[in-house]
Amino acid sequence: MEKAKCECGHVNPYGTVICESCGKPFFEEEKALLNMRYEGVARRSQTYNKTMIDKVWNFFSSVKVGIWLIVVTLLASSIGTIFPQEMYIPPTANPTFFYEAEYGAIGKIYYLLGFHDLYNSWWYMLLIAALGVSLIICSLDRVVPLHRALKTQRVTRHESFLQRQRVHGVSNVDDSDETIEQAQQILKEKKYNLFEENGNIVAEKGRFSRWGPYVNHIGLIIFLIGCMLRFFPGMYVDENIWVREGETVVISGTDGEFFLRNDQFIVDFYDDTDERFQDALVRAGSPIVRKYQTSATLFQRIDDGVVGREPELVEVARHDIRVNDPFKFEGYALYQYAFKQNEISEMSFELEENETGERFGRIDVSTYDPETIYDLGNGYKVEVIEYFPDFYFDDDRTPASQSRIPNNPAFIFKIFTPEIEEGEISFVGIQTNQDINGENTHRLRFVDIEMNHVTNLVVRKDYTLGILMVGGVIFMVGLVQGMYWTHRRIWLQKVNDEIWVSAHTNKNWYGLKKDIEAVVSKTELTMPIDSVEEEEKKS
Amino acid sequence: MKNRRFLTRLVVLLSITVALGYTFYTTFADQKDIVSVGEVAPNFVLKDMEGNEVELHDLRGKGVFLNFWATVCPPCVYEMPYMENNFQKYKDQGIEVIAVNFDEQPIRIERFVERLNLTFPILLDPGLQVSQLYGVRELPATFLIDEDGIVIERRVGALSEQMVEDYVQRIVPSQ
Repeated sequence: MEKAKCECGHVNPYGTVICESCGKPFFEEEKALLNMRYEGVARRSQTYNKTMIDKVWNFFSSVKVGIWLIVVTLLASSIGTIFPQEMYIPPTANPTFFYEAEYGAIGKIYYLLGFHDLYNSWWYMLLIAALGVSLIICSLDRVVPLHRALKTQRVTRHESFLQRQRVHGVSNVDDSDETIEQAQQILKEKKYNLFEENGNIVAEKGRFSRWGPYVNHIGLIIFLIGCMLRFFPGMYVDENIWVREGETVVISGTDGEFFLRNDQFIVDFYDDTDERFQDALVRAGSPIVRKYQTSATLFQRIDDGVVGREPELVEVARHDIRVNDPFKFEGYALYQYAFKQNEISEMSFELEENETGERFGRIDVSTYDPETIYDLGNGYKVEVIEYFPDFYFDDDRTPASQSRIPNNPAFIFKIFTPEIEEGEISFVGIQTNQDINGENTHRLRFVDIEMNHVTNLVVRKDYTLGILMVGGVIFMVGLVQGMYWTHRRIWLQKVNDEIWVSAHTNKNWYGLKKDIEAVVSKTELTMPIDSVEEEEKKS
Repeated sequence: MKNRRFLTRLVVLLSITVALGYTFYTTFADQKDIVSVGEVAPNFVLKDMEGNEVELHDLRGKGVFLNFWATVCPPCVYEMPYMENNFQKYKDQGIEVIAVNFDEQPIRIERFVERLNLTFPILLDPGLQVSQLYGVRELPATFLIDEDGIVIERRVGALSEQMVEDYVQRIVPSQ
């Protein structure tokens, strides 16, 4: 754990490969090119490994680990697309059985491992969390030493540092001071920052590009924090409500504070008599919806009453909710999402004597709350014996209801007349009217039907959006910073009577050499050699 | 210097652990929208078939067998007679059976109750406010609430007659 003192006098942290100040390599076994990664600084991760904390830290500090985390996450995400996610399987299906029934043993494993609800499975979240931790620690472990190294770097470098740069050349000139002066002018025009020490110079440009990846990572971390905040109470709501016309319901996700009344739901079509739309409508072959709209009234509960008790409501606002025009209030937004048209809300019948066709009055039966007895007077009355809002025959072939929604309402009525005191039973539904005993003298003739529209709204509250946006912007800034700028350094150093020219860049060597060429063409300096290129030419 | 390094690492790792720990806790352990075992059962007021209000809080001191059901849910229908039998057997020992209906048409419930001769209160939950409060998404769902108003058991799914009786015995008040 000794600190490494360089011959130039600079004390480097343990693990340093290239002196932070003069650039002298500490390991000289090979004469190959210097590995300039992170300026040869000591990555802290690889140095101290004593306590448990250090071990955890070092694990996450490894880029190799980070890459593996990304690969595993990518693999998991791709596997998650093989079978549909839980939210896309039929709403009535039970996921416990659905995946096995549909896809066999693989489906079962898929379900058991949590791939059916990937983004909410604990191990996927753990992976993302580990990725976030890796991101933070990797960045911290590299940006701090790199920053120090770039800040500490000296103009005059050790000879072997210069020799072992990829671009390096030796020139003999008449007047070295003059030449360096000229070179300085040219580089200055090229917007290099110049630093001088004992007549040697280093021209540097675009150092901030080196921070690009770290800025990018900060953006990512902020983004991940935003995602994480969605799990914190009050930060994020994503609910779904169905509201019938005229009905007032509590808005899910508002803790019973807000209620919504659906005043009207409209589906508007493009006018097929309008000439402007003729061509398009013919092409489409069917009517095209112009707008879906829910006219809604928002109420706020003012009593601090117990849940379930009839709430005391005050009207807060009204809005016509359309697609892309949500109803916004108190951080919430209600979006038009879906609808169900023509739900049967009321069926009307007239009591009729079979033989004569004489009628004895009309009953209007609500499908939401039918009454028990409809009294028509003069001894005529109708009793509702059974009501099936969503009629079907169950496994035992007996009449039953599939749900509480009036999708297919059916009734068993008992008709009383002055003559028939014990009553006649008949089964009445959509397009069916059966005489159960086959001896009825009266029937209920279907005369009218009322329909109701039901709107489906998404309830959203998302306070994380701003954070995600900031994270995204910072991410892009970092990306651009690292991608479109390069960090170039050109060293001009007097060694004996020669001038040594060495150069380094983190990318785009072509651009760097063009900058050097501009200098070479106007001075006595000769073009340095790009040893990598030389190597390629040989092979 | 070494201490500082250790401290920095410790602080960074700790803050990450706390943040992630909380996230995982809220996601998996403490599902906010579900009433779980050990919590005080949230209070509610609902009307029964005759229009009388029933408030959960008024039942403190009694063991409450709180059941969420619907006539269109066959397993709910099966366990109703078991609940009735046990209600008869244990009501003198301070047991209340409360069946909150899943917002069905009153006439359906009425006919059902008549057919099965149920005597315990059936509560209507228009708009499913109480069902949502208790995080009930699947039926039947049963909550056992002890004399102190604490939920001691939460069960989603059908119950056998024996299970109903075992459950009821667990919430018989001590006095």
